[in-house]
Amino acid sequence: MTVEIARHRGRPRTRDYIGYLIEGFEELRGDRLRADDPAIVGGLGWFRGRAVLVVGHQKGRTLDEQEVHSWGMAKPEGYRKAQRLFALAERHGLPVLTFVDTPGAYPGVAAEEGGQARAIAETMLGMARLSVPVIATVIGEGGSGGALALAVADRVLMQENATYSVITPEGCAAILWRDAAFAPQAAEALKPTASHLFELGVVERVVGEPLGGAHHNPEAAAASLGEAIAEALAELDGIAPRERRRRRRERFQRLGRWSDPELPPGTLSLFGGYTAG
Amino acid sequence: MNVTVEIERRDSDPVRPEWACPLCKQPARLAEVRADLMVCPHCGFHLRISARERIRQLVDEGTFRELWTSVLTLDPLKFTDLETYPERVREAQAKTGLSEAILTGTAAIDGTQCVLAVMDFGFMGGSMGSVVGEKLWRSAELAAAEDLPLVAVCSSGGARMQEGILSLMQMAKTSCAVDLINEAKSPFVTILADPCTGGVVASFATLADICIAEPGAQLYFTGPRVIAETTHEILPEGFGSAERNLQLGHLDAVVARKDLRVRVGNYLRLLGGGEEPDRVTTTGGRERGKGGMAQTAFGRAKALAAYARRPFVGGDREAAGEAERPAAREPSP
Ligand SMILES: [Zn+2]
Repeated sequence: MTVEIARHRGRPRTRDYIGYLIEGFEELRGDRLRADDPAIVGGLGWFRGRAVLVVGHQKGRTLDEQEVHSWGMAKPEGYRKAQRLFALAERHGLPVLTFVDTPGAYPGVAAEEGGQARAIAETMLGMARLSVPVIATVIGEGGSGGALALAVADRVLMQENATYSVITPEGCAAILWRDAAFAPQAAEALKPTASHLFELGVVERVVGEPLGGAHHNPEAAAASLGEAIAEALAELDGIAPRERRRRRRERFQRLGRWSDPELPPGTLSLFGGYTAG
Repeated sequence: MNVTVEIERRDSDPVRPEWACPLCKQPARLAEVRADLMVCPHCGFHLRISARERIRQLVDEGTFRELWTSVLTLDPLKFTDLETYPERVREAQAKTGLSEAILTGTAAIDGTQCVLAVMDFGFMGGSMGSVVGEKLWRSAELAAAEDLPLVAVCSSGGARMQEGILSLMQMAKTSCAVDLINEAKSPFVTILADPCTGGVVASFATLADICIAEPGAQLYFTGPRVIAETTHEILPEGFGSAERNLQLGHLDAVVARKDLRVRVGNYLRLLGGGEEPDRVTTTGGRERGKGGMAQTAFGRAKALAAYARRPFVGGDREAAGEAERPAAREPSP
């Protein structure tokens, strides 16, 4: 099942892709307020000869690593680190590449009381405001708001075996079926797969993986991903900075399905809304 | 024992129903509780109220004009858990008399014209799906286009899981809507009412210029149950309450229900900038601006209604994908 490949221990992580795709990576740490969250890694480097900002969730591989990185579950300090790095990229005109790989935001008392909700919201707003090109790639688990916080992008790419969902199948089953044992049914109903998300227009492109999943040949997986990112970046270079921000808003405005009998079917309203009715 | 029986009898009396506070358990007359805006007269516990009741309490009498009632729910995932999604929507519609978990429109609050969005927790837990996101978007766009403030009353359990990834996308969509009103410099005020959690509190609800909450409201991204299950931490006293959030610096104020109209009115006038409006206050329950202020509000309401009902233009932007059939019926009356 897809969820299992997306969660596979050997699956390449953000740092692995940075290793393959970014030259001379300089990690930049800390939120400049109180802490550095290892669940989010960020820094500058060269992508095919061009200076870029990279920000991504970082899961560990060994048990010890996983604990250090909180299994990729970011705390407010992680999201605030991302925010300050996005602002830095904007100031210096650097394209932003993000990698999404998290089961969700960190569910702890200190995180909550440290402003987790607003930290996530502000990260999304921070991304919405950017005029530089922003490309997000879902490389493993895209779990809930904790994932989306790094994915308010001009182009969202998704690896073939990655998942992206509003809630984990377990969480969904516990609420709607009142029993976590119904996780497989919930996974089926939530349709968190790359192909379905492409159909819905939530991602612009599904990036192929080596047979059996990216962990069978990380280098080949990275090569495909690099190619897709380069193409997306070339497209975005052709758009004026102010226009990028406007179109990014429009991209998310369109993401939803509703009917509105007052509008002709399949049109954008004066308000810009997408009606599928 | 006798006493209990007597109370039970009085309970079933349709003329004078007895009411007991869920918090302090003290009885009161329902009429009295209603007169106190659904707040316990003994302990001040704020009961959850419907979106219509909220509007009745918050806006100047007769000023609410509902907009975008024609935006209705679809079932893009053909989602079925213990029931189908359309069934759940129809049940919620029958229960609440609303078509979705949000009411939007224009209104005057203490004399200031604004765009108003009010969520209803009674409708599928106030969950945010495509319709909530779209109506919020249109509200923001109208506020930006007409240089009006946006006021949102937020009460929600989070994302509408039955719309899968599209419900998650509403967090991004509503955050982009905030970018829109920020860019237009339209004031934005949110009132968080019990409960406000998950995807809503982690998107537009906490991105306002001024963010206040009602006393006792539960506000959190991750709930106590999930925290207990995953990190096994012991929750501090008052975890997630409005009062604790205020202490921690996450809110501008905690405001009692009876003061909301005047306080929000003040915020809107202050965020509007410029000189203090010449405001003549009358005594009595309904204070409101006289003369210029009220006249302007009336004139604006008319202009706005006209604006919002302009014919829509289709086809002048890129065509969107395939048409789908509506999943939910018309809202029940
Ligand atoms: Zn009470």
